[in-house]
Amino acid sequence: MAQYETRHTDRTLSAGAMTFSGDDLEDFARGAAFLGAGGGGDPYIGRLRAEAAIAEFGQPKIIGVDALADDALVAMVAMLGAPTVLVEKGIAGEDIDLAATRLAERIGRPIDALIPAEIGGVNSTLPIVAAARLGLPLVNADGMGRAFPGIHMTVMNFEGVSATPFVVVDEHLNTCIIETDDAQKAEEFVRSVAVQMGMSCVCSGYAMTGAEVKRATVANTMTAALELGRAIVDGRRTGDPAQAIVDYLRSSPIYGEARSLFRGKIVDLQRETTRGFSIGSCTLAAFDDDTVRMDIKFQNEHLIATQGETVRAVAPDLISLVDAENAEPVPVEAMRYGQRVDVIAVLAPRALRTPAALDAVSPRCFGLDHDYTPLDALPASTNF
Amino acid sequence: MRIGVDVGGTNTDAVLMDGETVVASTKKPTTPNVGDGIVDAISTVIDSARIAVDKIAIVSIGTTHFTNAFVQRRGLDAVGAIRIGLPAAKALPPYAGWPAAIREAVGGQSVMVRGGHQCDGRETAPLDEIAIARAATRFRKSGLTSIAISAVFAPVNRSMEERAAEIVRNEAPDAAVTLSSMIGRVGLLERENAGIMNASLASLARATIGGFREALEKLGVNAPFYISQNDGTLMSAAFVEQYPVLTFASGPTNSMRGAAYLLALDDALVADIGGTTTDVGALHKGFPRESSTVVDIGGVRTNFRMPDVFAIGLGGGSLVTADDGRVKIGPQSVGYRITEDALVFGGTTTTATDIAVAAGYADIGDAERVKHLDDAFVARAVDEIHRLIEDGVDRMKTDAADRPLVLVGGGAILVDRPLKGVSAVYTDESAGVANAIGASIAQVGGEVDKVYSYEAVGRDKAIEQAVAEASANAAAAGAAAQTVKVTDLEELPLAYMPGGAVRLRVKVAGDLAA
Repeated sequence: MAQYETRHTDRTLSAGAMTFSGDDLEDFARGAAFLGAGGGGDPYIGRLRAEAAIAEFGQPKIIGVDALADDALVAMVAMLGAPTVLVEKGIAGEDIDLAATRLAERIGRPIDALIPAEIGGVNSTLPIVAAARLGLPLVNADGMGRAFPGIHMTVMNFEGVSATPFVVVDEHLNTCIIETDDAQKAEEFVRSVAVQMGMSCVCSGYAMTGAEVKRATVANTMTAALELGRAIVDGRRTGDPAQAIVDYLRSSPIYGEARSLFRGKIVDLQRETTRGFSIGSCTLAAFDDDTVRMDIKFQNEHLIATQGETVRAVAPDLISLVDAENAEPVPVEAMRYGQRVDVIAVLAPRALRTPAALDAVSPRCFGLDHDYTPLDALPASTNF
Repeated sequence: MRIGVDVGGTNTDAVLMDGETVVASTKKPTTPNVGDGIVDAISTVIDSARIAVDKIAIVSIGTTHFTNAFVQRRGLDAVGAIRIGLPAAKALPPYAGWPAAIREAVGGQSVMVRGGHQCDGRETAPLDEIAIARAATRFRKSGLTSIAISAVFAPVNRSMEERAAEIVRNEAPDAAVTLSSMIGRVGLLERENAGIMNASLASLARATIGGFREALEKLGVNAPFYISQNDGTLMSAAFVEQYPVLTFASGPTNSMRGAAYLLALDDALVADIGGTTTDVGALHKGFPRESSTVVDIGGVRTNFRMPDVFAIGLGGGSLVTADDGRVKIGPQSVGYRITEDALVFGGTTTTATDIAVAAGYADIGDAERVKHLDDAFVARAVDEIHRLIEDGVDRMKTDAADRPLVLVGGGAILVDRPLKGVSAVYTDESAGVANAIGASIAQVGGEVDKVYSYEAVGRDKAIEQAVAEASANAAAAGAAAQTVKVTDLEELPLAYMPGGAVRLRVKVAGDLAA
């Protein structure tokens, strides 16, 4: 644990600045997979891409939000599409370059820095690829502190930053620029275009100033993903990696509260496609008592964990499943019958819990008949 | 009558089966050229049953030869990899993520060309035929004899891989050609990796299958022979010569299926207790449950069909130690040295086998040599052995109901009492050759893995189409149509997108047509 502390002194020295070395990318991808709350796609492929881009173009500079000038132009880059398509088509490279340059052209000034849309799954590593390719700094922050299934579900949107112009590019460099008066409408248009582009594409939008980044994003989440990934690995050495996740997130200024909700095995799992999402539910049973159960519903990401009628955690708070043995995060697509998992819930960053945010990411926005209750106001699970 | 053979790293086993009866079985050493061991084993069972060679209707062989060769980097061919997909997937070229040593062993040469499909089968870009021809010529001139072709979304539409193979055969007529769509599922990198692995085994496959063939000729066996693959179904020898990688996990598959067959159990857990580890697997409808996660072989990620096996560090040779009153068993083991090192064989190391003998329920070696062991220590060690197996069994169960457990392998003697979570423990005296029995009863399978639009086609219709296509594949591979049954059906919605796109995976299997 001592070594783990000393490795992080650079965070306090230059707030938010980061460099990757050794196993850092692997740890970062692991942490980001957890923060993806079940969604966001296979982090392994994302990490390989980041490694390849760094090998070719050099490591991008990762800067804290405070290092941004208030009038700097910052843009979000992300991939959008079905995870099963991403694992086949991947990214070309030039598509990322083009998305950002087209956005800059549209706005009429060059982009000074890039920022991740979400800190979950492949969209946490893709901006590293983009920043390396374009020689731009990457801001150590993101739009939600987790992963969500819509481009309107960002703090930028909640705080009044326009999502558009929003550039969508496919592997042939076909480009579509979307301009709408609200982010939700942009989300609908982007999805239609994405279908035509073969269900995966690269996009860039949410052009904003440095001042807007400082008030309308979740800062230092890249650091959180890296430290969380390292905490899991360190936890394996000390014997309880799931507890290491909880301990780390409790001490995090971004999240502050986390809980182990359940330990058990998946005894039922249902997935179906409705409204273009992977919607489903799973039931877990405790190892020692089959009647002690937990139900989890998901729409790409996990939405709600219940025991009988009692809610144990609900969106926008994060609910993640990890392997009961080594605490490796288990994405929704990798869940299977019989798997032994720990369910861990995390209080969402404050910016996702404002009235404006809850208009877009409350449980009711996902079709659940519940109001949002923060994790720390819910009764603890019976299984722990 | 049928013959099943298992060619393992140490032993070559053979069984002669008449219907459901094991007529004769034997265990012989595996020989460096594999053929001699097969001749030895088959002639032994034929002789002991005193039957004429022409009474044999079919020979099926299971082997771990190719897995071992790849992991140990023995006798691998250098491979030229061609990926069809530009402009997509360019950011991660072939061999991304491979450990350097294994990448060097297969040469690491690759090209990417334009082409590929979208997830719904539409063309992404036209195939760059000239680039394929140029690559094939370059590979031929640099002395490569094996070429692996992969295309983006080839599992949905394999036409470009097939066309590329034609071009390659024109330019490099002697090269062995592997198509990724014949091996893996959706997931370009993992499927491509499996394709390159397969290509690297081309020469070894020809030599090994040639050895099998010669052995049977030498014995005068004219019956058709088949090789068992990962999922417990059979492939023709000619197909395995082209796709040896599909045998990678046939060892545990055959052992599980053979054991279940002996005991007439279709749904059961199987624990194969060896000298060092216990592999626990689960059978569903007579076939092993498959691993849903990515499988890592020799450090290379693949996504092909593999049984889900949980390994516990417990075997007959596992070291048993006492530490502060707590008994610890394994994962260290004396392994094959058990016949020298274990107490009951005159050695000085306390092994799990010694505990079973000291507790009085196993009769191996010299029981006098374990008399001095403390009774309380032995009792705790017996508890720990059973606890370890109970834990492994629980991990492989998908529900809380008690399940039957079949014990196979030399270490089966370690179990002596009812196990938690297990309805009944089964063993059979022929369990030692369960692998060969598993090979002898293998069926012919067919599979479909495609993306369907449920909104356009409808779910029922899509499943019907997929099952029909899989059944046709099975029949084409030699299955009797009336025996073909669906063994697995998996629906995976393509998340994030409208249109009801669902990836549907259907597997069927049937008995060989007589």
